[in-house]
Amino acid sequence: MNEARPVILHLEDAHQAYPDQGRMRTVLNDIDLKVRKGEFVTLLGPSGCGKSTLLRLILGSERPTQGRVLLDGKEIQGPDRDRGIVYQKYSLFPHMTVLQNVIFGLEMENYSMASRWLKRHKFLRHRKASTDRAREILERMSLGKDLNKYPHQLSGGMKQRVAIAQAMIMEPKILLMDEPFGALDDSTRTDMQLFILELWERTQMTVFFVTHDLVEALFLGTRLLVLSQYYTTARDHNEGSKIVTDRGIPGDHPKPTSFKSSPEISQLIEQVRQQGLDPSIARHIHDFDLSHADAYRTVDPEEWGPTP
Amino acid sequence: MGLFNLNARPGRKTAWALSSMLFLLCIIGYGVTAHIRHQENPDDNVVPTFSEMWDGIQRTAFEPDRNDELRLWVDSLASAKRLGYSLALLSLAILLGLYMGVFPYLEHIFLRFVLFFDKIPALALLPILFIVFGLGEISKIALILLGVFPTIALDTYLRAKAIPREQIMKGLTLGASDFEITYRIVLPQIMPGVLDTIRLNFKAMILFLIAGESLAASVGLGYRIFVVRRYVAMDIIIPYVIWMSLLAFAADVLLRIWIKKRYRWVGGES
Ligand SMILES: Nc1ncnc2c1ncn2[C@@H]1O[C@H](COP(=O)(O)OP(=O)(O)OP(=O)(O)O)[C@@H](O)[C@H]1O
Ligand SMILES: [Mg+2]
Repeated sequence: MNEARPVILHLEDAHQAYPDQGRMRTVLNDIDLKVRKGEFVTLLGPSGCGKSTLLRLILGSERPTQGRVLLDGKEIQGPDRDRGIVYQKYSLFPHMTVLQNVIFGLEMENYSMASRWLKRHKFLRHRKASTDRAREILERMSLGKDLNKYPHQLSGGMKQRVAIAQAMIMEPKILLMDEPFGALDDSTRTDMQLFILELWERTQMTVFFVTHDLVEALFLGTRLLVLSQYYTTARDHNEGSKIVTDRGIPGDHPKPTSFKSSPEISQLIEQVRQQGLDPSIARHIHDFDLSHADAYRTVDPEEWGPTP
Repeated sequence: MGLFNLNARPGRKTAWALSSMLFLLCIIGYGVTAHIRHQENPDDNVVPTFSEMWDGIQRTAFEPDRNDELRLWVDSLASAKRLGYSLALLSLAILLGLYMGVFPYLEHIFLRFVLFFDKIPALALLPILFIVFGLGEISKIALILLGVFPTIALDTYLRAKAIPREQIMKGLTLGASDFEITYRIVLPQIMPGVLDTIRLNFKAMILFLIAGESLAASVGLGYRIFVVRRYVAMDIIIPYVIWMSLLAFAADVLLRIWIKKRYRWVGGES
């Protein structure tokens, strides 16, 4: 990666805890992270480790119980148009057509409900421009024939493409995706992976992609994060997930499809599995693989223990 | 016979015949009863014959009465007006429910109150309404509203609450304001369901309407049947009851068709 690119996302000592049976249960324990513009970060982890929680912190729909989450150096206050999101479910507004879904963001922009009527003329011109733009994008996603369909008339893959278009048209600083292809069948999934890679390459956007599929994470990303609750420290009892792996993914970006069946990937998969996905192989905090150039962490002396 | 055959597929004609069967049976049964009773006593007025009822309809619908009015239509119009005002005011219930479901502060202010209000039997409030608002139109409309307003508000509230949080978050990432999310994302999605609830509450509304009219009115469908009861005028009461049912049925069907047409997107989750 080009080290000169600016840091766009910065998490510092982020903790997240939820009330659970009368006490606070930590889900994210001391997350430190720096992401640069243009990176394709894939986040992997066992089910329930807090991947979606971490994404919600970056989205801003939740604030960390401790620590800070910064976008371009400014603390994130709530969801806004700087971060786009694509979910696995509820990805589209069911009462809007494909076209309406995609132009929704542009329509909201610049025009409050009142000024939409007061400046009717300008608004209509603006909407015409938005429609043309949405059409063009959907055209390129080969959805040109489905502009006036409702979401329930689309296949899973089409829905996700529309959802991506809906988020992308706003040109967010970061595109957040929470297992967006999790519900798709294998071949549609591969199509969608190629699609998002092509989009990433063309737009140079920053992507934060949550998945629980190892192959998907290694195939798509430039950088791999593994979040895991399976690790040991100098303490007897640990609670909440940490980033146990933060590494670059070797090879070209984007990768050829053949990478998915190459010997390289099987080797990587084995490594990553041992680093955090397998509950029976809990790593010690000293041995986390934080080999990425931007990886950093602040350590708690109590967890770190006496330095040997 | 396929009466207890799970897989039976009656044809179109059979299906129609089957559906009309009970209606026909009722009509024939009634005709026979009326005939027998009139043979025993030609002046029987408890079970009027069809021709007597037809006369009744003629008299109320097409012949001016003492006040030079066509009663059936005047009554229908008066009742329809009362229902219409109540329906219009019910839009406030939708608004209240929507706001309670979307804005947590408003939820805290109103929810408990509406829940409690919902438990007050509206009919028990009728004397109070008559005392406070007099015997005029306001009391009757207020009774209908008291009866169904909380139900509609709570139903709307629950529906608004059930909109996935993800959609609201997504709205925010697309730059929508709180009000835009309320009116462009939440309201349109819950509207077909809310209209359905209103449709199902028609019956309760008519019930309250008739209760109000029977006690204090000088015109209206409910008023009429209670007035003519004094003369045991079954030849008027029965057509009125059937007329009311037909109106309610037609309103129900029309609204259902309209919902289906207007909300074409209903039919699946996104
Ligand atoms: N709002 C909440 N209140 C209480 N507990 C929560 C809340 N949100 C998440 N949790 C808990 O936090 C933990 C992590 O949840 P999260 O959804 O982030 O996991 P995940 O890694 O995304 O899992 P999956 O792979 O299944 O999507 C879970 O144990 C969950 O029960
Ligand atoms: Mg999740």
